[in-house]
Amino acid sequence: MSADFLYGIEVVINGLMAGVMYALVALGFVLIFKASGIFNFAQGVMALFAALTLVGIMEGQVPFAHLINATFGTEIHHFGWHVPALLAIFLTVGVMVVFAWAVQRFLFRHLVGQEPIILFMATIGLAYFLEGVGDLMWGSDIKTLALGLPQGGARWLEDATAGLGGEDFYGFFIDKLDIVATGVAIVLVAGLIAFSQYTKHGRAMRAVADDHQAALSVGISLNFIWILVWSLAGFVALVAGIMWGAKSGVQFSLSLIALKALPVLMLGGFTSIPGAIVGGLIIGVGEKLFEFLIGPMVGGATENWFAYVLALLFLVFRPQGLFGEKIIERV
Amino acid sequence: MNDRQTGYVTEDGRQIGDVMLDLRDITLRFGGVEAIKNISFDIREGEIRAIIGPNGAGKSSMLNVISGFYVPQDGSVWFHGKKRAPLKPYQVARQGIARTFQNIALFEGMTVLDNIMTGRLNYTKSGMIAQAIWKGKAEREETENREKVERVIDFLEIQAIRKTPVGRLPYGLKKRVELARALAAEPKLLLLDEPMAGMNVEEKEDMSRFILDVNDEFGTTIALIEHDMGVVMDLSDRVVVMDYGKKIGDGTPDEVRNNQAVIDAYLGVAHDE
Amino acid sequence: MLYREAGDYKTSYPADSQTFPIAFDRYRYWVVLAVAFLVIPFFVNDYIVNALLLPFLIYSIAAIGLNILTGYAGQVSLGTGGFMAVGAYACYKLMTAFPDVNILIHVVLAGGVTAAVGTAFGLPSLRIKGFYLAVATLAAQFFLVWLFNKVAWFYNYSASGQISAPERTVLGIAVTGPNTPAWASYLVCLVFVTICALIARNLTRGAMGRQWMAIRDMDIAAEIIGVNPLKAKLTAFAVSSFFVGVSGALFFAVYLGAVEVGEAFGINKSFLVLFMIIIGGLGSIFGAFAGAAFLVTLPVFLKLIGVDLLGWPTDLVAHLQLVVVGLLIMFFLVKEPHGLAHLWRLAKEKLRLWPFPH
Repeated sequence: MSADFLYGIEVVINGLMAGVMYALVALGFVLIFKASGIFNFAQGVMALFAALTLVGIMEGQVPFAHLINATFGTEIHHFGWHVPALLAIFLTVGVMVVFAWAVQRFLFRHLVGQEPIILFMATIGLAYFLEGVGDLMWGSDIKTLALGLPQGGARWLEDATAGLGGEDFYGFFIDKLDIVATGVAIVLVAGLIAFSQYTKHGRAMRAVADDHQAALSVGISLNFIWILVWSLAGFVALVAGIMWGAKSGVQFSLSLIALKALPVLMLGGFTSIPGAIVGGLIIGVGEKLFEFLIGPMVGGATENWFAYVLALLFLVFRPQGLFGEKIIERV
Repeated sequence: MNDRQTGYVTEDGRQIGDVMLDLRDITLRFGGVEAIKNISFDIREGEIRAIIGPNGAGKSSMLNVISGFYVPQDGSVWFHGKKRAPLKPYQVARQGIARTFQNIALFEGMTVLDNIMTGRLNYTKSGMIAQAIWKGKAEREETENREKVERVIDFLEIQAIRKTPVGRLPYGLKKRVELARALAAEPKLLLLDEPMAGMNVEEKEDMSRFILDVNDEFGTTIALIEHDMGVVMDLSDRVVVMDYGKKIGDGTPDEVRNNQAVIDAYLGVAHDE
Repeated sequence: MLYREAGDYKTSYPADSQTFPIAFDRYRYWVVLAVAFLVIPFFVNDYIVNALLLPFLIYSIAAIGLNILTGYAGQVSLGTGGFMAVGAYACYKLMTAFPDVNILIHVVLAGGVTAAVGTAFGLPSLRIKGFYLAVATLAAQFFLVWLFNKVAWFYNYSASGQISAPERTVLGIAVTGPNTPAWASYLVCLVFVTICALIARNLTRGAMGRQWMAIRDMDIAAEIIGVNPLKAKLTAFAVSSFFVGVSGALFFAVYLGAVEVGEAFGINKSFLVLFMIIIGGLGSIFGAFAGAAFLVTLPVFLKLIGVDLLGWPTDLVAHLQLVVVGLLIMFFLVKEPHGLAHLWRLAKEKLRLWPFPH
């Protein structure tokens, strides 16, 4: 096999891995959208915020240190302790649950029955707010996430596959972290499906997704379910934040990468978990391949827009997405 | 009655003309569900034609076919003796077919006046540049349209709420504004989807009077869906009865009233209620 | 002089549909115009023009544009930054290719180019609705910024990848380039704002505006009563993009003078203009001005309080600003979805009946 072809395959595999990451963020969107019809633009910033909080807690940072110092002229930065990773993750989940409650209590409770587009714009406001709070709480410098996740290329894979091509081929280069992320994503999806199929709250969640009124009438608390899905979405955001953060550092661009989940959803449909995954993989592979094949001809960095343009073109021909049902309009 | 080749004179002495709209063998399916099964009927010029039937009989779907909103899988629509190519709804509107909706479909963010003015959009010929400058033709057209709309407003007696946002109106008035919007388009054929649903007796009487006046003064042909049998029998010249997507009766109110199939399927049910 | 409509009888339909039906509003409008054109230019300095007036005027044009698309026609766009970039780069290319043609004409032409690009990106709006469309417009945002970054022809192969406006004059007075007097750049923008606002007002109070609002409020019903949805949406995209393009051209040529596309016209610009119309009021020309004024002054105000008064570091104030803007957006959507413009209208309604509210 020629080296170019093999490198092409490597690109595809790396695209699949990147796609898993996108799908991870997209999952959070789907959860919230299914249960409440809210298209949560802040999902990406939630991932950033969760990762920032995790780092902050682990390193014992004092929240709002800058603000406190500026106001009172103090010089505090750290509590001086380090919190073990697992405990820090639990605490972060706690923070995300509180966030979910606050969002429900102070924002969406007042917006019940509003048009989807108003809710969407509200989440853009939420994204700004959360980004500002994250920066105020933990500072805006780039942070490294030291969870002890494996880094670098998988040497064994490289060695094992080096013989496939000719002299120009040195084996597949795949980031170990990506392999871990794929594993985590699979576990997460399996867990979510199990939760929604086999637990009481999961069933209630599906009932709400189907029909708010009907769910209300059999005694399901919409408020509780919405806090639950926002908490779940917060948890998914944390996982996504950990993976992305471990890969490229915890910084603002993380929330922009997470924006890529939007075209993923447009491909996969907003209500379908399998759709989110397949959409993620298509986008991941598509943008890597496009950059590999076409990128050099047009100056590169096509990953910035490829996903959006692909989703746009796709939607023009199939507005309901890959897995969405055909829309019948009525008057 | 529906096989009649020429026009006829109604009991109250109105001359009914040639066939205006002819629906031939219309079949409409949604996935596996047949909403309309092979239905044919016509609407004649100057006529008030009612479509009745139990809920889910396919009446609204029928109006939607006439409006061009649904495209039937089989059958054809003939308008003024010519077979109609599949048209977009807005093209149908431009041929002179206006309508109201079962669930009021007003533009909630606009005032009553602006809502009714949208009925005149098809008469606006001035271009974007002219409208941007608001001089000459654009301004003249706007004034002409406003005059027409004011006449409709007078006719329907809604002068007082002209500048009120539609969202603030009570149900009955909304129905009237919707009728005004349709009338502003000066349609040849007016489709009314349950114009009296949810109204009290007084409001129904008002609405009935408006419908008769529209037909009488402007000569507008009207097709309406209505559940109130009394109203239907009083207003309409001919009635189509639908049940489960099929046509089970067609004729004058008296003929329909005495049709056994109709009594079984529809009036019988109504009496049980 | 009291704020009254009693006694101010309308005897014709044109008089009834004029922009300011109440006499007092009409007088105030002329006074505002007179002050803006005849008084302010004599009292401005560089700081006021550059920190407040120019951004206010230029963002007002962009906000009017986006408000036509989003507030009137109901199509949410997150591509405003990208379209402003089109206006800026079109203006730059025209300025450098035809140096002898008047800059004002270039700005208008740049608006035209943007209208064409905007219409092209508006085509999918016929099939994609709501936030699907909003996300689809991100494609325009990211693609256009990338395009101006990567294709050297757009920035005339300059080494820095930036574009910078050469000096151009109107009636012998420089309006672009480093030698421009503050009052001149102010007046140029003011002229454009005035004309744009008039055009927008005329379009939105007539047949075109009703078509857009009908599509916004209930697109299916609109189509059935005779609105061609493709035409209505595309004209909204075209008109909106024209204004956005003009504002982009002014933003580059008159305000900044030199521009790096990712920095000046990134996704944050799209959000900023969207926030302006949410806070100012969707579907209101006045709201576009109010929102622009509000979000232009807010950072200046916060900086004044935070940095100058309290002595906080600037990055802290910047973060605080994000929090405040985010909170304001949520607050307005919850409490006052019609924005500042609605508060203004309410105040006027009260005033009209004062002191006998019944």
